[in-house]
Amino acid sequence: MTTITSAPVREVAPPVGRRAIPRKVQAFTFDDRLSLFGSLASSFALVTIGYDHLLDTSGIVGFLVCWYFVFLLVYAGVLSMSNTRALVVERLVTATLYAVAALVVFALGSAVLYTFFQGWHAFVHFGFFTHDMSGVSPTAPLSQGGILQAIAGTVIEVAIAVGVSLPLGIGTAIYMSEVGGRWSRLVQTVVEAMTALPEILAGLFVYVTLIVDVGLPKSGLAASIAMSVTMVPIIARASEVALRIVPRGLREASSALGASHWKTVRKVVLPSARSGLATATILATARGIGETAIVLITSGASSFLTFNPIGNPMNSLPLFIYTAYTTHEPVAIARAFGAASVLLLMVLVLFVATRFLSREKGVAR
Amino acid sequence: MTTATDEALIQSTADGQIMSGWSERAPSPRGGARLEAIEVSAWFGQTQVLDDVSLSMPPATVTALIGPSGCGKSTFLRILNRMHESVPGAQLAGEVRLNGEDIYAPGQRVTRARKRIGMVFQKPNPFPAMSIADNVTSGLALTNIRISRGDRRGLVEDCLNRAGLWREVKDRLGAPGSVLSGGQQQRLCIARALAVEPEVLLMDEPCSALDPTSTRRIEETIAELSSQVTIVIVTHNMQQAHRVSQQAALFLADERAPGGIVECGPTEQLFSNPVDPRTADYVDGRFG
Repeated sequence: MTTITSAPVREVAPPVGRRAIPRKVQAFTFDDRLSLFGSLASSFALVTIGYDHLLDTSGIVGFLVCWYFVFLLVYAGVLSMSNTRALVVERLVTATLYAVAALVVFALGSAVLYTFFQGWHAFVHFGFFTHDMSGVSPTAPLSQGGILQAIAGTVIEVAIAVGVSLPLGIGTAIYMSEVGGRWSRLVQTVVEAMTALPEILAGLFVYVTLIVDVGLPKSGLAASIAMSVTMVPIIARASEVALRIVPRGLREASSALGASHWKTVRKVVLPSARSGLATATILATARGIGETAIVLITSGASSFLTFNPIGNPMNSLPLFIYTAYTTHEPVAIARAFGAASVLLLMVLVLFVATRFLSREKGVAR
Repeated sequence: MTTATDEALIQSTADGQIMSGWSERAPSPRGGARLEAIEVSAWFGQTQVLDDVSLSMPPATVTALIGPSGCGKSTFLRILNRMHESVPGAQLAGEVRLNGEDIYAPGQRVTRARKRIGMVFQKPNPFPAMSIADNVTSGLALTNIRISRGDRRGLVEDCLNRAGLWREVKDRLGAPGSVLSGGQQQRLCIARALAVEPEVLLMDEPCSALDPTSTRRIEETIAELSSQVTIVIVTHNMQQAHRVSQQAALFLADERAPGGIVECGPTEQLFSNPVDPRTADYVDGRFG
């Protein structure tokens, strides 16, 4: 206290020619680093000796698990020598969280990388993307045929599904958030329940109603409609949230200017929520792209390229992957992985787009 | 107070909806309309929040509504432009007359009343998805009034000028409204409210979210506008009420009883020589 009061008054501005350097107040000190890496090394050594030589066990997974738990013990011991209990707990919790995060990233990353790695055999053939499988035997080498018909089918089916479910979904969302009342709560419950609808039910529903009863052929259109059944609730649910977070002040400002309710919704609420609405649409699209049970039941499979979604069967990427993989032919399996890589790329692009759109949070604040 | 020619002018603009020729028109010559609340009571559900409030707000005058929180002054303000009824469960009794015409009469459309009686809110709320210029003219777009491009530019400049914001934003009219500071956003909201040519401007604590410099700027704006429109302002700030208003009304509410006006009159008298002892206590800061 006395030192502070008796200290001379410091100049506020730093002297000319000398720039202030920010101090590191929460740095990971040399000591901290030493205990972390020391614990890692010593636990590694300990487990190497114990696991491989003393216990006569083997296997990389078991080794990693043992290493991790021994590391936690050693780390706790090292830290407790010179730190408070609270800090030891904090560091251990941090280490655990890092491990969990790493595990998840590893699991997802390996699935993605494995697919791309396997798909590479097909990827090196340019014709894989520009040819269809008409007249090509499933056992023909990778240089023949391709998955163009499946790519085109997926794009067309998803485009139709988005075209159907976007107006329906956003319309439902507007009803739920703007109209309100008892009926809207019922709709809300139904929509929420339907977001968890197993896709095979949507497929069966369309199969029974449109294909068996109405007599529509198995086609891309039937698949699109079944996809819409699963996509509408997703769009509706996510859009409703986006509409609800539009601040009340904006609606009030609009109606205080003399705007009618619907004018307010159209000119103020929807534009303010546009990034949320775009995110909702992309999320639903990403789900629709991967629907497999639906296309298995409703679309039939064509080996030839078709742009007509109505009269004839249509292939799509999930369907192609499934049918190719179940032939158990190595070449067909390679094609399946190639198609899976394309599907994965599409979904990745969509999710990157979502992140990019939802980052513009300034819009809906 | 209102002369015969004033009345005629107000009638013609209010009914005719003549919205062309913005650029040539002198800034709002008419000085606003007379607004009268007659025996207004209000409820939220079963709770009565206002009881028998009557107040006359003459044209070209700033009326300040003061009083502690929860005494019903914001509710009263929202009754004046029919925003009260947008709250579920809200009810009211009494009349609000704009130039003698009851805005709650069965034939009156709520959108028309709100257009004639503009409002500025406590928290600045420019539309985030619109540019500064679009924010100013949003009232026209929202009420289906078409305007030519040349007139639009004139209107934007005119309204921003009247709100005291033109010089600060004239080079970035295309930027979103959210890039402005809080005080600038509030003046943008004032410009937006002015663009639909309201006869009355209601302000609900327009400065409570702003720093002293911005507050001062808004107060200057209010002073400049007071000759053009009737202004009613709710404020917690006694000094502000004293500075900007010509007439003031003190609202008080007893424990569990609905609020009402304790005293109203010329601001100078209310502050220097109040009749009711509660007014003296409140304006001297002894409670509330």
